[in-house]
Amino acid sequence: MQNTIFARNPSVLIFLSLLGLFTLLVTLGAEASGTGIISTSFVKTLGKTLCLCLAALAMDLVWGYCGILSLGHFAFFGLGGYMIGMWLMYERTRDIVAGALADAPIPPTTQEITDAIGTQIFGVVGSNEFPLIWSFADSLILQLAMVVLVPGALALVFGWLAFRSRVTGVYLSILTQAMTLALALYLFQNDSGLRGNNGLSGLQNIPGLDAVPQSVLSVWFFWASALALALGYLLAVFITQGKFGSVIRGIRDDEARVRFLGYPVEVYKLVIFAVTACIAGIAGALYYPQAGIINPAEVAPIASIYLAVWVAIGGRGRLYGAVIGAAFVSLVSSWFTGGQAPDVPLGFYTLKWVDWWLVLLGLSFVLVTLFAPKGLGGLVDLWSNRKSPNRHGADLGPSAGALREQEASE
Amino acid sequence: MNTLLEVSGVSISFDGFKAINNLTFAIGAAEMRAIIGPNGAGKTTFMDIVTGKTKPDEGRVIWGEKGQSLLGLSEARIAREGIGRKFQKPTVFEDQSVQDNLLMALKNKRGPFSVLFYRPSAADLERVEELATTIGLNEQLARKSGELSHGQKQWLEIGMLLAQEPRLLLVDEPAAGMTPQEREHTTAILVEAAKTRAVVVVEHDMEFVRRLDCRVTVLHEGSVLAEGSLDHVTKNPDVIDVYLGR
Repeated sequence: MQNTIFARNPSVLIFLSLLGLFTLLVTLGAEASGTGIISTSFVKTLGKTLCLCLAALAMDLVWGYCGILSLGHFAFFGLGGYMIGMWLMYERTRDIVAGALADAPIPPTTQEITDAIGTQIFGVVGSNEFPLIWSFADSLILQLAMVVLVPGALALVFGWLAFRSRVTGVYLSILTQAMTLALALYLFQNDSGLRGNNGLSGLQNIPGLDAVPQSVLSVWFFWASALALALGYLLAVFITQGKFGSVIRGIRDDEARVRFLGYPVEVYKLVIFAVTACIAGIAGALYYPQAGIINPAEVAPIASIYLAVWVAIGGRGRLYGAVIGAAFVSLVSSWFTGGQAPDVPLGFYTLKWVDWWLVLLGLSFVLVTLFAPKGLGGLVDLWSNRKSPNRHGADLGPSAGALREQEASE
Repeated sequence: MNTLLEVSGVSISFDGFKAINNLTFAIGAAEMRAIIGPNGAGKTTFMDIVTGKTKPDEGRVIWGEKGQSLLGLSEARIAREGIGRKFQKPTVFEDQSVQDNLLMALKNKRGPFSVLFYRPSAADLERVEELATTIGLNEQLARKSGELSHGQKQWLEIGMLLAQEPRLLLVDEPAAGMTPQEREHTTAILVEAAKTRAVVVVEHDMEFVRRLDCRVTVLHEGSVLAEGSLDHVTKNPDVIDVYLGR
């Protein structure tokens, strides 16, 4: 199976090798390996970027391939982060509380410890009791399962309602955005059970790994993110090649025609929507321990719009395009907004990139949409066309640059 | 002759306009039928009702030996029951190769999981080859269907229709935009198909209908005006009045 995927799509192999090489370079340059060329915080930034790439991959599947412009996938990303955050925060607080109470003259009861954890976590929102949704917070396994199940279940319910009523196009986008906004507003409430606008914090401290310095932890998380991206990429290739890929691209191009071929279009959309929601959840669960904090602002609709912008700039409808777009735009974005970009003095006015970056991004989005609909990924076409201009036959894989049928059979 | 599809007493109105008015129509299991009629006679709406796109206000649509009602079934379900439809404007998946288009249409399990793990079998590929030969596209299998000419797209769509192995084909203006030679080829494909299944052709072009050499149903204002051989209906004074006379 793997062999046929690689044989049919050399681009997959190129992508995985580049990802592997990048991982190796970052590992060698990290403080943990003693060279210290790359600071720990930058390793974290790179690791987070890989998670964003994974989310963009999910967005490309649902939008670029299936034609559903979802403005809600960052909500699933955030939910994944919240789910793992609950365990991280609970366990970490328990360690601290247990340590503090251990010196007490009378050993604390289990109830006392639980109450103390509750006070620690929820004191900030004026409560000390665990809400129902924290029932499983003491179990890593269950919270890990919820990283996938909660976004997946929300996507299933939402998608079932929306697709069944044949809501499509821009109306569906508005609906998904409304869902995201509703979720963010709910999380902002203090009695949502997830600490309101304080969010969950201290997530960079992994319980039980206190002895491991952040410089090492950051590399571990970087590896995990790279692995998740590689596996996500393979899954996406598996989904988009072959007949399933044909059908979802058919749904994107002409939904009614696919229906008259006898395919249950709504079920396909639901499958893609839910699977990509799960992928986004996993990406979020890897992202937030590296970010250290999650709060409802992360789930706000603008984040999901960014996701769409990344995919559009990178080139939708090709998997590596989404990855390139997310990596490029988010890294450039953090460079501009991080105050590292030099101000541009115009004499009468000084252009501060912190303020003007969004304008630049918006402008590039419009320009790419108008003049280069293939996005950054389209640059690969220029290169592969120059390399072998006499190609004939159809693409064998979902990505351009793959071997063509007739070449492959020769 | 046993009846494959029976439409009886069907009516539908859009904002007070009766698009279909008490329409009754039946077709056998291996029969060719041409439907003609002026614009707005309800030809397309009739197809929409049979394929489940539009729900009629009243009437019955009965399918197959078991007398199953098609009303209330989804479009996809009706397609899986064995009704294939070709649209007036050729709608093929232009982004995909001719082979992918045909493979997608080929009669196989339609559920997402069987499709996800589907790999074309040798028999499937052979069938695709055979279909491509029938529609004259066997040299073009690897090409993107968007690169095909208008006539070739029409054929590809007919090929996709045949690949579904439907028991009833609904074909909307198959010869639109074709050269005379292409029309002849299309006629041959349809006549061949009608030997084993029911074929309903909606057509404006009288010459094309004449070559099909089959029973003709004339629609007017949403109901059947006349039915019979082409010569029979063209002699009908009502038909001459509303359609041919103009």
